[in-house]
Amino acid sequence: MKYAYYPGCSLEAGSAAYDKSVRAVLDQLGVELDELNDWNCCGATEYFSQNELVATSVIARNLALVDSEHDQLVAPCAACFLNLKKTDKLLAEHPAMKCQVDAALAAGGLSYKPGRVHVRHLLDILYTDVGPEAIKAKVVQPLSGLRVAPYYGCQIVRPLNGFDNPEYPMKLDEMFEWLGAEVVDYPVKAHCCGGHMTQISEPEAFELIRRLLQSADEYKADVILCMCPMCQLNLDAYQGRVNGHFGTSFKLPIVFFTQLLGVALGIDMKKLGFGKELVSAEPVIRSKLDGSSVGAGT
Amino acid sequence: MAEKVGVYVCHCGSNIAGKVDVEDVAKWAGENVKDVAVSRDYKFMCSSLGQKLVEDDIKEHGLTRVVVAACSPHLHEKTFRRACSNAGLNPYLMEMTNIREHCSWVHKDRAAATEKARALVSASIERVKFQEPLEPMFVDVNRATLVIGGGIAGLQATLELADAGYPVYLVERQPSIGGHMAQFDKTFPTLDCSACILTPKMSEVGQHENVTLLTYAELEEVSGSVGSFKVKIRQKARHVVFDDCTGCGICVEKCPRKVLDTEFEAGMGNRKAIYMPFPQAVPRVPVIDTESCIWFERQKCRACEKLCPTNAIDFDQQDELIDIEVGNIIMATGWEPFDTRKIPQYGYGRLANVYTSLEFERLCNAAGPTNGKIVLRDGKTEPKSVAIVHCVGSRDERHNPYCSGVCCMAALKLGHLVVEKTDAEVYSFYIDMRTNQKNYEEFYQRLLGEGMRFVRGKVAEVTDAARKPSEQGKLIVQCEDTLVGRQQRYPVDMVILMGAIEPQRDAREMGLKCGISCSMDGWYTERHPKLDPVATMTDGIFVAGTCQGPKDIPASVAQGAAAAARVSGMITKGKVMIEPIVAKIDEEGCSGCRICNNMCPYNAIEYDAEAQVSRVITALCKGCGTCVSACPAGVISGAHFSDRQIFAQIQGALWDAWQPQDAASQDAETVPVSAP
Amino acid sequence: MSEQKFEPKIVGFLCNWCSYRAADLAGSARIQHAPNVRIIRVMCSGRVDPSFVLKALAMGADGVMIAGCHPGECHYLEQNYKAMRRFGMLQHTLRGLGVEEKRVQLVWASAAEGQRLAEAIDQLVADVRELGPLHWAGNWEENGERLQALEDIVHEHQEAMEVTA
Repeated sequence: MKYAYYPGCSLEAGSAAYDKSVRAVLDQLGVELDELNDWNCCGATEYFSQNELVATSVIARNLALVDSEHDQLVAPCAACFLNLKKTDKLLAEHPAMKCQVDAALAAGGLSYKPGRVHVRHLLDILYTDVGPEAIKAKVVQPLSGLRVAPYYGCQIVRPLNGFDNPEYPMKLDEMFEWLGAEVVDYPVKAHCCGGHMTQISEPEAFELIRRLLQSADEYKADVILCMCPMCQLNLDAYQGRVNGHFGTSFKLPIVFFTQLLGVALGIDMKKLGFGKELVSAEPVIRSKLDGSSVGAGT
Repeated sequence: MAEKVGVYVCHCGSNIAGKVDVEDVAKWAGENVKDVAVSRDYKFMCSSLGQKLVEDDIKEHGLTRVVVAACSPHLHEKTFRRACSNAGLNPYLMEMTNIREHCSWVHKDRAAATEKARALVSASIERVKFQEPLEPMFVDVNRATLVIGGGIAGLQATLELADAGYPVYLVERQPSIGGHMAQFDKTFPTLDCSACILTPKMSEVGQHENVTLLTYAELEEVSGSVGSFKVKIRQKARHVVFDDCTGCGICVEKCPRKVLDTEFEAGMGNRKAIYMPFPQAVPRVPVIDTESCIWFERQKCRACEKLCPTNAIDFDQQDELIDIEVGNIIMATGWEPFDTRKIPQYGYGRLANVYTSLEFERLCNAAGPTNGKIVLRDGKTEPKSVAIVHCVGSRDERHNPYCSGVCCMAALKLGHLVVEKTDAEVYSFYIDMRTNQKNYEEFYQRLLGEGMRFVRGKVAEVTDAARKPSEQGKLIVQCEDTLVGRQQRYPVDMVILMGAIEPQRDAREMGLKCGISCSMDGWYTERHPKLDPVATMTDGIFVAGTCQGPKDIPASVAQGAAAAARVSGMITKGKVMIEPIVAKIDEEGCSGCRICNNMCPYNAIEYDAEAQVSRVITALCKGCGTCVSACPAGVISGAHFSDRQIFAQIQGALWDAWQPQDAASQDAETVPVSAP
Repeated sequence: MSEQKFEPKIVGFLCNWCSYRAADLAGSARIQHAPNVRIIRVMCSGRVDPSFVLKALAMGADGVMIAGCHPGECHYLEQNYKAMRRFGMLQHTLRGLGVEEKRVQLVWASAAEGQRLAEAIDQLVADVRELGPLHWAGNWEENGERLQALEDIVHEHQEAMEVTA
């Protein structure tokens, strides 16, 4: 299995742990990732509302960079994934816009035919293409005893992405059941983390974050699993301030799902980027998984 | 001798004339097409005056062929055939041209529509010249009728026919007749007890001398056609000998195996491994559920057998195939509830106190698992607030786009029952309130007066994630109240989901067995949505009740009775006409290659080994014409759809392609006609 | 005839039970579609003799539609499967004669699918419009022997395709 890989800016900075664990895990599972050469920022959530044409062109450039050897592009970040997918659809459905974007791409010696690249989320690749048999076969450290709360956020499952229920997704839940974890079916797993609201109105953002932490806590989760750098950042980095704001005392480690998947596959925790999160995950994982063997693997 | 063709182009008010220049088409045909003796346009051809026009022309001008360019032949072919008949012309010498459904209604451009109408009329004229007089065939109508489905619609149809003195076979797949109506507590808007009005009908059917009741049985196969269907019914093994059982119920009482009743009790109560679905079941003969019976599981127990006073238990009983012959079939196969788990954000199956409407019906039914006490899943706490969610899986493009029709009223009824039996606050979350039958709106008004709260909005989710202390331990219904224009959260103790009414999962498959089709949604298609709501495109097959579309009890009963009336009429008449559209083999030219033999799915072609020719058994032939186009020697002819007729029709349809537009029709004969 | 714009002439063979009724439904629902298809009713798509199609093309049609009930939903149980098999053979013949595949299309539309049929008609008309006129009728006038050759092919193929199931 071979995919073009679009890491996105966050994965090079604040969410380096995501990038590190994605590469380690996919390598372990025999999936080849070819990083796009000279990719650029996807514009995140804001750019589309600033200037749709420029935003589309900027993203289309990344699609155009996918060489003829690949027809599938993987983006682990939720915003990147949605933007790339959305742009492909926009270009297919709006010929007028496509004309303008074509001109912009041509200026850089590039071209893109909508539909040529199939934009996929990492979870979809792991769940569908790699599949339960291959993943289960590689588990060396079952996650039994660890209560995980899968958190999907908004952008990966909405709007209709076709690979999971947009209102009540379950694929990540299922995957962690394959790994032997106790999966917490808590009700807010597809609710918003507040996104950039932290920069606009902290009380609003904190309330959204609190709801997530509280629900996971009520369901006695040991750790929350994220698939999006923004979600991870909000839940992890703002946890202390949320506690201060509401007088709560949440202490929930927030990790990327690939990090914990890596643990199950027996990959050394250092190679999975652990330690960068503010609420430390390692102690919980080690104590629950009851093993000095954790992370001692390859 | 050349034929004399009469051409009649209908305006259909402005339906056709609005988009097709009908005067032009009539004039053109009269002046340009060979053999046209009379060509007219008329406001409404199907009116008695229009028909008289045709009749008079036949008599006056000695027309030998007639073309009526109007609506679909499926609507008025019979009308104009009758007109021809009245004037002494064989009805099969008339051809209809569809210039309404296939032309004026679907094209905007008047010139293009007129051009197409000319071509279609030309095609019909060329075809009709080769049509041959045919005599319709008549078959006797068997007086027995098969009714499939023992819900209220099927029961009504059965009783109407049986009371009229005709034999009826009623087939029901469950162990008892009664259908969904037997599960309900009250019926809206009168609030009379469902069982009280249903069970008398059930026992009447059970005891009727003209009714053969086959419960726990399935339709296996249908062959034959209107008037004389041959049907195979699979009588599933009850493991109780029907004729020996007295229905005393000792076996049920003594059976040690209790299982969850997911059918009649909708998972709210238990039953035994040997059971009757409910106390008033008809027939009062239990069945053994082999999947939960201890004997079938590990060859132990046999308690029922030991205790049965009449030795009616038979563990070795096998399914039995029963052959019956009937003249007509009424499909009344009903509906099944939407699986509310498909909308996971409403929490059914995950949040204990989220109920389906059917579960709640059982919960508040006096004969139900809690004797009618409305309590939460813990079995004791009475809810202090109840939310009723409308349109769960209906009016939702992700599930069913249609309105299930009855849920608004059912929700009002359930709301009323909560108000009547508890002190709970009731919230009803609706998109639009649909109360469009007799006394329904009045019922709604009454509930508004009773203090039931109505919130107009589609529920986003039902969750147990509390945001405030007041929400702790509650189910929170999140909904935008569109009348206030605000997102609201309603903490409640119990949620009832009004799931959509869906077609039976095997409706399509059952329909295929009888030769009737389903709409995209899976409801059986009636012959005409307004004017022929219980007949189907297949003669002798009728539909009644919810299998044709969501409807309430009065409408189901009306349809059951209507279907029975249609069948009654056919039986009274005694004979039914069948189109003489059949294949015929010219034995002189048949080489006996037998290629056609395998073409026929009805085995209507037999091979005469002695004469070394194939022969069509007319009574079995349905007239599809596949053998006609398969015969390498071209010696099979299909009545009314002969090669010659179709070739001529093709030629006529393309009149403007092979002859210059302004050329006279005489040129037509110079074009090669490759009729065999 | 003016050469301003090519309007394809297409003959449609529609089965009585599903696709003809789909066209009726498109009418009742006023689903607008291209006016180029001239519909001929047959009882079943199984009745469509490949020579009907060749005849239509020979008479000047630019395209042909054959429409029947969906596989598995044939009013005559399974005759549309026979139509499907013949269609394959017909396409083979047409390829041999140099007729583009898209000119002759096989479509399934149930009695409930007025929309689907209307879309199929629009698609066929668009496809044929792109291909341009077929002009077979003109060719026959130039060379009368071709008609005989054409009919011979039809009969050969008929024999070849009706092998016992």
